[in-house]
Amino acid sequence: MNHSVMNTVRLFGAGLRALLVLTLVTGVLYPLLVTGVAQGLFHDKANGSEIAAHGKVVGSSLIGQSYDLPLKKGQQTPDPDLRWFQGRPANGLGDNSLNTRYDLLLSGATNLSADSKDLLQQVKDAKAAVIRNNSVPGYTVKPSQVPADAVTSSGSGLDPHISPRYAEIQVHRVAERNGLSVAQVEKLVKDKTEGRTAGFIGEPRVNVLELNVALKELGTQH
Amino acid sequence: MSPVLAGVLQLLALMGALALAYVPLGTYMARVYSSDKHLRVERWIYKGIGANPDTEMRWTAYLRGVLAFSAAGVLFLYLLQRMQGGLPGSLGFSSIEPAQAFDTAASFVTNTNWQSYAGEQAMGHAVQTAGLAVQNFVSAAVGIAVAVALVRGFARSRTGELGNFWADLVRGTVRVLVPIAAVAAVVLVACGALQNFSGIHEVGQFMGGSQQWNGGAVASQEAIKELGTNGGGYFNANSAHPFENPTPFTNLFEFFLILVIPLALTRAFGVMVGSVKQGYAILATMVTIWVGFVALLMWTEFAHHGPALQAAGGAMEGKETRFGVGASALFGVSTTLTSTGAVDSFHSSFTGLGGGITMLGMMLGEIAPGGVGSGLYGMLIMAIIAVFIAGLMVGRTPEYLGKKIGSREIKLAACYILVTPALVLIFTAASMALPTPPHSMLNSGAHGFSEVLYAFTSASNNNGSAFAGLNANTDWYNTTTGLAMLLGRFVPMVFVLALAGSLAGQRPVPATAGTLRTEKPLFTGLLVGAILIITGLTYFPALALGPLAEGLA
Repeated sequence: MNHSVMNTVRLFGAGLRALLVLTLVTGVLYPLLVTGVAQGLFHDKANGSEIAAHGKVVGSSLIGQSYDLPLKKGQQTPDPDLRWFQGRPANGLGDNSLNTRYDLLLSGATNLSADSKDLLQQVKDAKAAVIRNNSVPGYTVKPSQVPADAVTSSGSGLDPHISPRYAEIQVHRVAERNGLSVAQVEKLVKDKTEGRTAGFIGEPRVNVLELNVALKELGTQH
Repeated sequence: MSPVLAGVLQLLALMGALALAYVPLGTYMARVYSSDKHLRVERWIYKGIGANPDTEMRWTAYLRGVLAFSAAGVLFLYLLQRMQGGLPGSLGFSSIEPAQAFDTAASFVTNTNWQSYAGEQAMGHAVQTAGLAVQNFVSAAVGIAVAVALVRGFARSRTGELGNFWADLVRGTVRVLVPIAAVAAVVLVACGALQNFSGIHEVGQFMGGSQQWNGGAVASQEAIKELGTNGGGYFNANSAHPFENPTPFTNLFEFFLILVIPLALTRAFGVMVGSVKQGYAILATMVTIWVGFVALLMWTEFAHHGPALQAAGGAMEGKETRFGVGASALFGVSTTLTSTGAVDSFHSSFTGLGGGITMLGMMLGEIAPGGVGSGLYGMLIMAIIAVFIAGLMVGRTPEYLGKKIGSREIKLAACYILVTPALVLIFTAASMALPTPPHSMLNSGAHGFSEVLYAFTSASNNNGSAFAGLNANTDWYNTTTGLAMLLGRFVPMVFVLALAGSLAGQRPVPATAGTLRTEKPLFTGLLVGAILIITGLTYFPALALGPLAEGLA
């Protein structure tokens, strides 16, 4: 009996020593090595791919933001600032109570199911808002023109991109609000549209922050 | 180009890349586990452990090594989380509560990586890097070690010896996982994944104000998270988070990392048993099932059934724009058929049938191609069952790879395949029958049931993905999923190692004209059929209550 207890203790000791040695290799040396190489070779990317405009950091090219007006009195959610291109809805829940809304400290999806009444309502509301906000005199958005990404929340709640189709239906509104011609804004969207990598990997997309930074520059030149 | 065609081309590109890696990596791994030379760094490690790497172990000794090492892992990770508040580099996060700390420790040691916490809100640098990331490596190495022990059971005769656990553990880590992960991590950083040790800080925004960012050793953990089929995200959003998976290319690269070792292990198996054709037959079985599931999931997601998705005009809820529907479906299948559980899109918002397909993928027992190591041993157990069924049909004593499948062997294999279904069904039933656990469901009706069924399927099969609406951070779910993960990992390992010991002790049976040719396509067909029928019979009633009810409504 005593003998087998001693054996168990000895074996557990070996297990613990193995863990500590391997922690040194995989938990200390490996991450330090990778960090060293990353910081040396890819300093900007390893630190979040920040974008600057006029010498000021305005965010990351990888992380979505909201482009809203300041919260008015009595409002729960702010209205979108229609001068700027808008990103995807972000109704994601970091846990079961807290909404993420591009607050990076908490990423997450809504996790609502395809047959959820809440999700159906969110989609319908979002679609109505997209049509309302983007229809300007002389240009009416039809429901069939609204792409799926414009009315659904992403997986991370931080999606930095929208589909080219969603960017296109925002063009008339953005041109009007910024006093620019439709052709100018259309060209901007076209310049900022990324195709599939190597022609087939992923989906075509437009980075909303980069688009808005370029839009702001165009506005100041104007 | 249509999104469907782009999805298919991505599938083909992935298969091409995997095919290129198959022979070199598989042959290399066979050599790693057969060589009798030790690297200098390995000798230092053995000295630190105080173990002689050249001692041969019988199955009981090998199992004791696995259990002692894993028990130390659970204890260490539990204590690390419990002491987080006092550790340096904890980013101001407090210590983790006991139930959640147990759940997380069990989760990472069992290669499951079920997470009832949100990484960016709970875990600092010390726990992530020196605790969670370490288990990403070593739990994967343990899985491969057990698979290698079973392969040695087939390859060796008239001995009970299966190799040395410490040597297999250390070699898997040092010679296979660390080098590949290091290269992969640098590739990920080059594409935009984070890799730093900065704290929580504010970054300016376009409209003024600021966003709050976490720093962290993200890329180094992301690489081994996929390569070791672990799946525990640095951030709550896992591989949907742009800092973990920044571009469409990294997305494809991450599938590659997930699948490359489980598939290449079939080559290592073929080399070690002296017939690479036997490895091809197992590979063909895995690939057939995997491609079938990819096709099914792409179809359901592109068809986007379900009222909310129909109203939206596409299944983009919970999916990222840069990946789109096709690549998200490919990720969904690859992660649930490999015990990885990383996600680049959220399965709870898939179509009803699509969610069911990801669940069924796990219910197969994570064998197509399965987790690192666990996929191979799970598939070899199914091969034994298939040989046995074929033997019954023709009235011959079944044999596989020159070993008789007698009553001891078939009992062990049968026990193996009973463990996870029992855990899944009993814990799910208990959660539905008790008064409080159903309160954790986010959605109602059939989908709510699916959330619970998914949770225990994921935990028992050591997958780790979730229908993440379920609030799993309660004492009930933390405790029961923790137990399901531990039992679902280590009880099957007992049967695998016992089987390996019994096979290694046999004398080989010479092949005759009546021997079932297990390297032929006919056997692959039989094996695929056996897997689907066994899984179907076990889980059909539960699936009918959840995803089928939702998908066919």
